[in-house]
Order: sequence, then structure tokens, then C-alpha cells
Amino acid sequence: MDMLQLVLGGLANGSVYGLIALGFVLIYKATEAVNFAQGDFMMMGAFVTIWLANSHYMGLNFWVAVPIAILIMGVAGYLLDLLVVRRLFGQPQIATVILTIAIGFILRFSAGAIWGHEPQWLETPFVGRELRMFGLVLGLEEVAVIIVTLLLTLFLFLFFRRSKLGLAMQAASQNQLAAYYMGIPVKRIQSLVWGLGGGVAAVAGILFASKGAVDPSTGLLGIKAFAAAVIGGFGSLPGALIGGLIIGLVEPFAAYALPAGYSQIAPYAIMLLVLIFRPAGLFSQVQKKKV
Amino acid sequence: MRFVFKRSYNDDIGWFKHRTQAIYYMVLLAFVVALPWLLDDFFLGEATNVLIWAIVGMGLMLLTGHTGQVSLGHAAFMAVGCYANIIMMQRGVPFIVALPLSGLITGIVGAIVALPVLRLHGIYLAIATLAISVLAEDIIVIAEPFTGGVSGLVAPPIDLFGMQITRYGTPTAFYFITLIVVLAVLFAYRNLLRAPLGRAFAAIRDSEISAQAMGVNITATKAISFGLSCTATGLAGALLGHFAGAFNHETFNIVLSIQLLLMIVIGGLGSIHGAFFGAIVIGFLPQVIAIGRDVTSSLFGFGSLTIPGIEVGVFALILLVFILFEPMGIYGRWLKIRTYFELFPFYRKGMFKRQKSYLKTERTR
Repeated sequence: MDMLQLVLGGLANGSVYGLIALGFVLIYKATEAVNFAQGDFMMMGAFVTIWLANSHYMGLNFWVAVPIAILIMGVAGYLLDLLVVRRLFGQPQIATVILTIAIGFILRFSAGAIWGHEPQWLETPFVGRELRMFGLVLGLEEVAVIIVTLLLTLFLFLFFRRSKLGLAMQAASQNQLAAYYMGIPVKRIQSLVWGLGGGVAAVAGILFASKGAVDPSTGLLGIKAFAAAVIGGFGSLPGALIGGLIIGLVEPFAAYALPAGYSQIAPYAIMLLVLIFRPAGLFSQVQKKKV
Repeated sequence: MRFVFKRSYNDDIGWFKHRTQAIYYMVLLAFVVALPWLLDDFFLGEATNVLIWAIVGMGLMLLTGHTGQVSLGHAAFMAVGCYANIIMMQRGVPFIVALPLSGLITGIVGAIVALPVLRLHGIYLAIATLAISVLAEDIIVIAEPFTGGVSGLVAPPIDLFGMQITRYGTPTAFYFITLIVVLAVLFAYRNLLRAPLGRAFAAIRDSEISAQAMGVNITATKAISFGLSCTATGLAGALLGHFAGAFNHETFNIVLSIQLLLMIVIGGLGSIHGAFFGAIVIGFLPQVIAIGRDVTSSLFGFGSLTIPGIEVGVFALILLVFILFEPMGIYGRWLKIRTYFELFPFYRKGMFKRQKSYLKTERTR
């Protein structure tokens, strides 16, 4: 039963990694840019929700605060692209990488300046409640995290596969010029996907803050989510989730089986192995060009 | 406006474009050599710090600015150089042997690490090197018998020509050691750029496909570039160890890796000058912020308001401004200003404009 508990905790952690990775992949899939600030977006989402919902700040009802926080982060993502990232349109990819790294630093700094550097918790209706099932004691928040993550991934997967907007996003990334010729407003599509990325980051932040403490440097978790996205194959939505779950599962077991100090290495070691032996990830998105 | 007529290939690959330029650089060299007699000990220490940053800057510039490979993991290689140097010195190797050896070791480690990693492109390379940077921190902690683990190591004084050189005891001597390393790296770098290997680096940066068509072995050349870059980085790491006095795994954390990359971007990618400009910015920023804090507190009476992490925040803001408004960095801006005056009144706004390119996915090859 101990093992099952470990698995469940790992899955819940992995879901959060997966959600951050989902944000990377979303933006990468639609704009070919990697948002190195996604982890810090998540941290901001968590803090905005804490600010809205916790009793010593605004003290709104949890169910009111959550959609507002998601909306705020979505709009922030949209505006960020509209005002800042879009200026780099047509410049080499690495410019965007450096820009988003800088944005991440600025977000971390401003979160520290506004909300302080002490760890904070989100007050949720799930706290402390337990689910007893088949002799297992499950924290309700862990179950909620896993379910929300699965639903969100499914929704985004279908969105990219089926909806007109999702297809337009994929087209805009595969070939910007051709997308323009097809009448797709590439720049607006990119802003929209940044907004979407902000919203997903907010969800990840809410889930993370509901099961653990957040402080401004939580955003560095984004590096683990990178590992998740790479393992899953950058550009694949289910891949990002599975990569996140793999890392989430590996962590507790590595801590269980290996001496202290070695367990933190495990996620990155797995990522390097994947990069070396299967550079395109488990769910390869690389296709040979058909002539 | 000056017209330079090149009469032979030797003119083209010469160190300086024309004699006046050579004189400028000689004056600069004389100034740098005279610096210990112009500054007090505190500012001399800061100048040494800037020079150490400049060595790493040159290392990373070779890789990122001239070969076009982004590394977010150079703090790891600084750590390799730093620990290699100090561990050798603790085992009785004299400094004058340990320093070049630590550079060499870092270079070899870098090239070995590079071989599998460099098969990756663009973003993947950045992420893989990021992972190396994270791993290095943990490995330092695990390899405690050698590295002292969390408590770190203390750098012994440098024994050179019968002198005991430390940063605080003999700042002038330490400054000159650093300056000699800077000049050696600079000499090697400048010569490399006019040799076939340096040209091959630039060819890879501009287009891998066309470089391959010209007979450049892409993987080997990239690995050599990574190795050379790491050699300079290792030398800087070794000097940083002596400069800091004591260090542990947190000295070489991931933020340092990122700062290094940001430094050369602010300085101006693709030029040796850029490495130095970036080093000056990053080296003096803490002082400027401290002075700015004093000024605001005396003007508005805030008291000395200390905001933790303000240095990184201000640094990121500067970077943001540069990426948006001057992607060519400080050196690029300087080139523009100089061209404006040289061509006055014929300077046009679009002269340095790069052609926009439309992205295509990397996922179909």
C-alpha cells in the first residue's frame, strides 16, 4: 500500500509538471518559440489566485477567484505577446528564448516585491479532506489535481485536432508564410496562444498552490517541466503530460531507492538519455518531408 | 571618413584595420596596465572581476556569437575549471601549471560532453545544456571527497615567484595574473578568427547546410568550438575560485549560466568587443544599483530601501530593453553611432536592418 501512496503522490506532482510542460508545448506548437518563463507564469498564476482567494488578502470565494485568476493570467499572456514578444516577429528563435528568460526574471522579481518571499498556501475547499477508498487514504486535492489535468489535456488535444482555431495555430507554426497566404491572421493567432498558455499556467499554479507552498522562486520548477516536455517530445500535448507523469513518478521512487543526493539527478538524467538516444522524444513530432 | 585600401590578403587578415586603430588599442592597453596605480584597492578588485567576466564572455562568445550554438550551461564548465584548479593545487601542483591544466581539462570535458549534445538543434541544445548546468550542481554535492560537498572549498594562496598572492593581500599582483590570462585568451581568439577554423565556425553559424557543402565537418567543428569555449571558461572559473576565496556548489548555479548568456547578448553577439562590454555592464551593475539606492534615499528619504533580488531584476529589465530595441547589443549600437558620424549626413535608418525571415517548423526535416 505504501507503494500505491507513492504512486499517487507522484502522479499528482507529475500532473503539475505536465501542466507546465503543456504550456511550453502549446506555445511551441503554435509559434515555434519556447517560453522559458512558463514556470514563472505558473508562479504568478498561483500568487494571483492566493491574492484573490485567501482570507487575509481579498478573501473572495474560491470558486469565484479561480475563473478570475485564469482570466487575468490569460489576458496577461495575450498582452505580453501583443506588446512585447510580437516585436521579435521574424527574428531568430534564440532572441525569443533570451527574451522569455528575461521576462521570467522580471516576473520572479516583481512577485517577490509584491507578495514577499515567504512561502504561502492557497486556501481551498479541499484542504485536509481525505478520500478513503480500497483501504487507501487519498488527499482530495491530489485526486482533484490528477482529474483536472487529465480533462485539460484532453480538451486541449481535441482543440488542436478538431477546432478551426487549433488547426490555424498548427498551420501558423508549420509555415508562417503559407499560413498568411491561407488568410490566417498569424500574429493574432500567436497572441491568442500566448493567452491560452497564460490560462493553462494559471490552472497549473492553482493546482500547485493547493497542494504545497509557493514562493517566488517556485518558477524554477519550470526546468523540471522542460525535462517533461522533452521526454514526451516537444510539440506533443499528450507527450507533455506523460513526460510530466514519468518525472513525477520517478522522483519519489528515486528518493526511495537511491541514496540522498542522487534522487534529484534522476529527472535530468532521464532527459539527457532521451535527448541522446531519441532526440525527438517518446512521441516524436518530427516527420520526414514528403516530396 | 577614412578609406582603407587593401592591397594584399595580409592586409585583409591583419590584426588592425589601419594604423590609427592600432594606436587606439595600444593606448587602451597602456591604460589597462596602468590601472593599479590609478585606482584604489576596492575598485581594482572590481576591475579584476570585470576581467574575469570578460574571459568567460569570450569563451561563450566563441560558441554562441561565432559558432551560433547556444549554451545555457557554462556555469557548469566554470565549476569544472575552478574545482580542477583548486584540487590540483591542494595536491601540490604549482599554480603556474595548474591554471593552464585546469583550462585544458575543462576543454576536454566540454568536448566530450558536446559530442552527443551537439547533434541537437537550437532549442534542444539550449535545454540539454540547461540540464547539464542543473546536474553539475548536484554532482558537486555528491562528489564530496573531492569537492568538499555543500561546505565547499577554500582557495589556497597562489605561490608564484616566491610571492604569496591572494585577492585581498596583493590585489595588484592578482590583477596582473588575470590581465595576462585575458590577453592570452584574446590573442588566441583573435588569431583563431582569421584562421580556417574560425572561418568554419562562422560558416556553421550562418548556415549549416552551406558550411557542409563547403566541406566543413559540422559535428567535429562544433565539438572543437565547444571545447575551445570551455577552455576559456575553465580558465575564468579557476581565477574566479581564487577571486571569491571560498566557493561551493551554489557559486555555480543555474542563474550564473543564464547571466553569462545574457551578458554577451547585452554586449553584442558576434564580436569580441561585445564580451568586454557585457562584462563591464555585469561587473559594475551592483555598484551602480548601490549608488542609485543611496541617491534615491538621500533625495526622497526612503531610508536605504533594500529589495532582495533587485540586481537580477534590473539586469533582466536592461536585457529586455536591449532585445527589443537593440538586438545587436552595446557594440552594435556603437557601430551605428560611429557609422552615423563617418557617413554624415548620408546615414540611413535601415542600413543595419536585417531581412526578416518567416519561421518554418523544425519538426519537418
